[in-house]
Amino acid sequence: MIDIMAILLIFFGLFFFLSGSIGLLRLPDVFSRLHALAKADNIGLAFVTLGVIMLEPNILNDIKVVIIWLLVMAASAISSHLIARRALREHRGDD
Amino acid sequence: MIEILWFIFDIMLVLLLLALAWTTCSTQDVMRAVTLFIAMGLLLAVIWARLKAPDLALAEAVIGAGISGALLLSAIKDYPSNLMVSHRSPVMRGMINIFTIALTILMSWAVWHGIEMSDGKRLSEQVASQLSISGVSNPVTAVLLNFRAYDTLLELAVVLTAVLTVLILNEKRADHKVISPLLQGMTRWLVPLLVITSGYLLWVGAHAPGGAFQAGAMLAAAMILLQLAYPSIHQGFNLYLLRLLLVIGILIFVLVGLWMMLLNDDFLAYSPAWAGSLILIIETAATLSIATALTLAYLGGRPTGWENGLKKSASHKDSHTDNGRVK
Repeated sequence: MIDIMAILLIFFGLFFFLSGSIGLLRLPDVFSRLHALAKADNIGLAFVTLGVIMLEPNILNDIKVVIIWLLVMAASAISSHLIARRALREHRGDD
Repeated sequence: MIEILWFIFDIMLVLLLLALAWTTCSTQDVMRAVTLFIAMGLLLAVIWARLKAPDLALAEAVIGAGISGALLLSAIKDYPSNLMVSHRSPVMRGMINIFTIALTILMSWAVWHGIEMSDGKRLSEQVASQLSISGVSNPVTAVLLNFRAYDTLLELAVVLTAVLTVLILNEKRADHKVISPLLQGMTRWLVPLLVITSGYLLWVGAHAPGGAFQAGAMLAAAMILLQLAYPSIHQGFNLYLLRLLLVIGILIFVLVGLWMMLLNDDFLAYSPAWAGSLILIIETAATLSIATALTLAYLGGRPTGWENGLKKSASHKDSHTDNGRVK
């Protein structure tokens, strides 16, 4: 039962990754692409993390997975901010 | 069922790697090539992990994708923004293609030959039989720092030579002026974590995947992050200490080697009883040197005030102006 739930959660997470990637490929400019990628990937990673925690009985490994999730979230937020700011500067410079 | 899924996954990894390698080489845009190269490094790390070589996976992720990516990205800043790969003549391009394909065939043959020719005395078995006297229980570290310590010493020398060349050729790159408080905030959280992880990798190398190169690259990553968040931080470097750190890896390595030569008649022939501690001492020094070397390579040249001898680099603003003066 727990296995099935975990697999469902991981697939649900992968669905967000997929939509994020489609957004990255299909959306017209930097800002909307960032929007699609950063948000969809973060929520996707959250579901995958939940699923992995359900599958892994060792609590130490679970803690490591959660730490990885938090680090990726922080890194993705900051790098999105940096890319967006750079893009905004170039955008203003062009005007 | 599971085996088939893994097989499909592996095939996809390999095809993706080949496709990425091909686009990295064939693209005309340098920025795109660098980005693809970083992605290829990450994919390669996954492949090493799949091949059950976690040491290589770690090294590839930290050095291949992380540090090389940072070095390449900072290097292309030196070029105009619309830089394209130079347009080679069709003849030249054809020759490069033929050479590359020939090299690929030769290496595939070498690998295949190596597997075919195995006569039961594979190197891994020799390593396993001698592991108990190497001082460590991780076979990779045993090879790198005991059985083939010579190679590792020379690798450190290669890194040092490369960085000395960088230092001779260039002044440090101009600081970028844009400062992001958000990045600074994250750096304050992340750098201590990176330092701890680096120390852990160094320590754990004795019995599990890890070691000096991974730890050093991790430490360099922390320095690069600091440099990105606080562009003027290099002005606080103690340049005397920096020079010492740059060479301490090779210095300790050679000193240990000579000391062991006095005792055991052979350069770097450790006494088994001390081997573990000696390896840890060498690895600690090597970690510091590798981190310093990679950080200096990222800066792209001599930090401000490098020529002013052994004086501590002061953080005064006009130190840029005495830079060119010969002392």
